[in-house]
Amino acid sequence: MYDFTPLVQAIQNYLSAHFSPGVATAIEWTLVILIYLAFYAVLGLVLVYVERRICAFFQLRLGPNRVGWQGTFQTVADAIKLLLKEPVTVNKADKLLFNLAPFIISLAALMVLSVLPFARGLQAFDINIGLLFIIAISSIGVVGILLAGWSSNNKYALIGAMRSGAQIVSYELSVGLSLITMVLLTGTLQLSGIIESQANGWWIFKGHFPAIAAFFLYITASIAEINRGPFDLPEAESELTAGFHTEYSGLKFAFFFLAEFVNMFTVAAIAATVFFGGWMPFHIGDWEAFNRIMDFIPPIIWFFIKVAAIIFLMMWFKWTFPRLRIDQLLHLEWKYLMPLNLMNLILMAILVYLGWHF
Amino acid sequence: MEKIIFYILAVSILALSLLSVLSRRLLRSAVYLFGVLSAVAGFYFLIGYHFLGAVQLTVYAGGIVVLIIFSILLTHEIDHKMERPGWLRAGAAGALCLAGAAMVIQLLSANPWARVEAAERSDLDTLGVLLLTPGEGGYLLPFELISILLLAAIIGAVVIAKHHLGGSRENQENQPL
Repeated sequence: MYDFTPLVQAIQNYLSAHFSPGVATAIEWTLVILIYLAFYAVLGLVLVYVERRICAFFQLRLGPNRVGWQGTFQTVADAIKLLLKEPVTVNKADKLLFNLAPFIISLAALMVLSVLPFARGLQAFDINIGLLFIIAISSIGVVGILLAGWSSNNKYALIGAMRSGAQIVSYELSVGLSLITMVLLTGTLQLSGIIESQANGWWIFKGHFPAIAAFFLYITASIAEINRGPFDLPEAESELTAGFHTEYSGLKFAFFFLAEFVNMFTVAAIAATVFFGGWMPFHIGDWEAFNRIMDFIPPIIWFFIKVAAIIFLMMWFKWTFPRLRIDQLLHLEWKYLMPLNLMNLILMAILVYLGWHF
Repeated sequence: MEKIIFYILAVSILALSLLSVLSRRLLRSAVYLFGVLSAVAGFYFLIGYHFLGAVQLTVYAGGIVVLIIFSILLTHEIDHKMERPGWLRAGAAGALCLAGAAMVIQLLSANPWARVEAAERSDLDTLGVLLLTPGEGGYLLPFELISILLLAAIIGAVVIAKHHLGGSRENQENQPL
């Protein structure tokens, strides 16, 4: 019912009717880039506002509530403030790398965003190896963090970068393994294919215990991979001032901030896609009427509801648990999450081999 | 359109490889190398071989370069520069490079190039089936051999990293921290 393919097709037809093929492709690319950049910025603003309100809620405060209705324009005001601030460059920093680092991080965050399917036909890049592509790109973001920490020529920044290097490289394994566990069920890495395979039920229900275990392992590992609390050691305000982005100010700091929040959205969106059926509506067996009503809600709304629920879960974690120590963090990954993931993978392989899933 | 992207990638690979060799700051060299490897991944994506492109990004750009950067971070001062090589060494290296380039150009221009149509399905399914097919046309044996090699490498790394923990107790106590 809510299919975006005709709309995309119509734009394509219009452009190719009025322009030469090369120009039409260029215009399409520009459109996609503009839409994604706008989405990237708006997403950052919304998530910062939500984070501050939810944090305030957990700490029995009010949070920002003065600018606009319930403080909704607070982050817009913040963004304007950040734009007007002076971008301070450290005197003895490596200027080239110092300026390059925010771009590498933003690039990685933006590229991962491009493969996410928001609704049927609403996906910029439906690549055959979707999940592998996401893992590949997210392994690039760490380069930006390492560069930022080193080129600032600041001991806090350097320690933050070192921590994040150790942390991200270790936790990447768990993220990859828990997604591979689910790939055993889906039988494809293509994100649209993964969603199609959940038309008759989400994998978290169909996959029994291993799927639920994989979901929790994925959420834990990916919170650590995107440096969010309780695993936000690379930033750790109380010990490292601000970790790897201590020396950044103004717009460059905003880039880090934005990339962090967009990464949170991406992680939640991947979880929603792989475990909760992406934009597929919620159906219960043969309750015909109920299923029809659920079908009325557009897929894109479903997608954002699921993503919002998972983001809320991640914020809940952040404001509930205290921060870990770096050795505890690495122990958690190498001594608990990794072996559990491997066992879960074998369990899932047996389950799929015997055909016990639905 | 593809031609333009090809030339952008080619020029950036050439420029970045030169920069990574000529730069006198170690970390900048590593970053230029990162650029080169990512651009090579770009080539794979351009010819539609997505899997190899993603693997190139994960293993080279995200794995090896991160390892290099990490070790530079641990050992290097920020304002340390490599010393400028003497004229003799620069000249010798330049001559060697020119000789190598001449040889490669000679080989490339002498090679009879034939146009080959790309395989119809170079996707993951085919790759996975081929990797696990024993016998004719399959790669099961090399696949397993590489797994054993990697396992041996991991065990070797653990042994080397932990060797000071072995031996007698006295040895351990004398170990400087």
